[in-house]
Amino acid sequence: ERSTKTAGAAGKAAGNFYDVPPFGNVTLLHMTDCHAQLMPIYFREPNINIGVGEARGKPPHLVGEALLKHFNIAAGTPEAHAFTYLDFEEAARRYGKVGGFAHMATLVKMMRDSRPNRTLFLDAGDTWQGSATALWTRGQDMVDAQKLLGIEVMTGHWEFTYGAERVKEIVEIDLAGKIDFIAQNVFDTSFGEDRVFTPYVIKEVNKIPVAVIGQAFPYTPIANNRFAFPDWSFGIRDEEVQRLVDEARGKGAQVVVVLSHNGTDVDLKMASRVTGIDVILGGHTHDAMPAPSIVPNKSGRTLVINSGSNTKFLSVLDLDVRGGKVADFRYKLLPVFANMLPADKEMAAYIEKVRAPYKDKLEEKLAVTESLLYRRGNFNGTFDQLIVDAMLAVQDAEIAFSPGFRWGTTLLPGDPILFEHLMDQTAITYGAATLNQTSGEQIKVILEDIADNLYHPDPYYQQGGDMVRVGGLTYALDLTKSHGQRISDLRVHGKPLDAKKTYKVAGWASVHPQPETLKPIWDIVAEYLRDKKTVKVTEPYVPQLKGADGNPGYTKI
Amino acid sequence: MARQTRMRTKSQDGATEILVLVNHPMETGQRTDPKTKEKIPAHFIQKMTFSLNGKEVAVADLGVAVSKDPLVGVRVKNAKAGDKVKVTWSDNKGETGEAETTVR
Amino acid sequence: VLAAEWPKDAFAAKSVDETLKSLYGNTSAAASNEIKIKAPIQAENGAVVPITVSANMPNVQAISLYVEKNQFPLVANLNCNGAEGYFSARMKMGQTSDVQCVVKAGDKLYTAKQNIKVTVGGCGG
Ligand SMILES: [Mn+2]
Ligand SMILES: [Mn+2]
Repeated sequence: ERSTKTAGAAGKAAGNFYDVPPFGNVTLLHMTDCHAQLMPIYFREPNINIGVGEARGKPPHLVGEALLKHFNIAAGTPEAHAFTYLDFEEAARRYGKVGGFAHMATLVKMMRDSRPNRTLFLDAGDTWQGSATALWTRGQDMVDAQKLLGIEVMTGHWEFTYGAERVKEIVEIDLAGKIDFIAQNVFDTSFGEDRVFTPYVIKEVNKIPVAVIGQAFPYTPIANNRFAFPDWSFGIRDEEVQRLVDEARGKGAQVVVVLSHNGTDVDLKMASRVTGIDVILGGHTHDAMPAPSIVPNKSGRTLVINSGSNTKFLSVLDLDVRGGKVADFRYKLLPVFANMLPADKEMAAYIEKVRAPYKDKLEEKLAVTESLLYRRGNFNGTFDQLIVDAMLAVQDAEIAFSPGFRWGTTLLPGDPILFEHLMDQTAITYGAATLNQTSGEQIKVILEDIADNLYHPDPYYQQGGDMVRVGGLTYALDLTKSHGQRISDLRVHGKPLDAKKTYKVAGWASVHPQPETLKPIWDIVAEYLRDKKTVKVTEPYVPQLKGADGNPGYTKI
Repeated sequence: MARQTRMRTKSQDGATEILVLVNHPMETGQRTDPKTKEKIPAHFIQKMTFSLNGKEVAVADLGVAVSKDPLVGVRVKNAKAGDKVKVTWSDNKGETGEAETTVR
Repeated sequence: VLAAEWPKDAFAAKSVDETLKSLYGNTSAAASNEIKIKAPIQAENGAVVPITVSANMPNVQAISLYVEKNQFPLVANLNCNGAEGYFSARMKMGQTSDVQCVVKAGDKLYTAKQNIKVTVGGCGG
């Protein structure tokens, strides 16, 4: 309960809002999944984040009012806005944009100043991807921003999509001596199994040895472009985590942290199976949880923390380390409100400089939106609806599939859609727009497989993305069923899907190599937007859900 | 041209793993060439024989479900540094290969 | 014994039982905790699925690997004559399937299995 106390009412002065009294003797600062968002943005949290099985109704599978109630957050406060989608447009206009590295830098400095010589700053990854400039500089703008921000240890996921060679170049040259890139679960399997990265580090913080074990996203080769790192194998490998925890303790570590890109549900399971971890600082599922989950296991308890996405939050975990172990803690997940935190001058100057060569391209006005455009949610967002609408129109397809990525920023009604905003939804290294002949039978298999990656009752089978977004296709999804049985009533433009028929299906982000002649998805959507000039998407398509009623992770909009 | 056959040993707790990697297509005979539309004939390693200091210790029979560029491992006990390990293989088309190394 | 012909019939068999009969003349394999399988629960690439089998019982004579849902389940068979009960390889899997390992030791058959999921993937947080 100590950690769920909220900072106060709306309109509170910035000084008070960010006044977090120091506690203990070691402070872990943590951010994750910024997805290369250097500038302040809007980011709407989901209204559908359904937990099934054991996870039903438990954090992080809480949305809206249910989330506020669980964490004892008053409605109408800046926190209520930061952690939920409620009254999004109105609250966003009141509290302004969130994030931005210059504002984050100020907050980090505030925390460091109030806790001199006892902080360790960790980044759980998905940092080098998610914006136009990150894509165009192959992650370099973010690598340099991380160094300036003072990140000390990181792990990864989308980082790997730049390819093995580029990742090794950054880790061995740019990060050398500055940021430890750690991952216990990445092996080169070209001839046996050889670790690619340092598995863990032990850092002296305020004279206390703190071990940090790296856990990269276990399913990177399945979820992303494996062909860019064909020799690398990942996986969860929790027996190895246990071995490393024991090894680190043996070397005198008094605090053991897993810096994880597992996703919260996988972290919760890992925390129950592996003993001796004090805290898992996690990412990947973009869950902004105001308080840690406390997981008991054979010989103690582990705090599981996930720190949201899009540079919107900074986790501050104060630890009181006494008698060689963590005796107590205080925790805050601080929203980064750009209006309440002045921009750090040095970081602001860096960002301006790194964006300058691309300014004209970034600022091309493609259209104006008359409705709220967002992505995040288990099934669809209005921005994804726009993308599949564009794919159907420009590609002249019967069906469109767009991946259920959890990154992608939000625009308010009346905002111009700049090329930069489109890239915030689409900037990946394998963004080719595809057009395939796909059988009805294959379409069903694809939907069932992805639904299973999202709703498998065992978290170790979950991949942490959302359901594929569809255009031209409607269906029903039964949350109470298992693999192969969840999807029914498939229809293509109203007519029942024929298993034997082939359909013209537009897609993008294929995880297999594609011909270089294909246009990238952003060209397809830009063409659509330039042609439309104004867009309005009020209702994103959500399948008919069975078994969702009353689930605290579900609100129908 | 002979196919590359590589070998490596790893000793731990009194046991030595012998790992063999062969660059080989391991064609199943089920695939169709996308250009010519013709079936690609099966072409796969069938036997891999491991020996330690000249004595055969294991023979692996492989089928088409072994992945391209087979990586096969066996383990022997009480091998000493300097012991000679050798592998030979033969495929369904009569191609053969071998490699030799010493235990590290 | 080791120089025997490549077991053509076993590799052409369409079920694990049929293969066992052909390889060992016996189909009654007892489930055993002495067999440890190290393999991913989800394949990163269905064309290259690593598996390592350690058989801790004495006198291991052979270890065979099967993907039950492949058209021809037998993947490989190792005959040991001095080597330990240990075998690692990489397998092709067309779809999610149980993978079975059968160990022949002291002229008896033992078995263990694990499910390996093969999925389309392509989404992410
Ligand atoms: Mn991720
Ligand atoms: Mn992410």
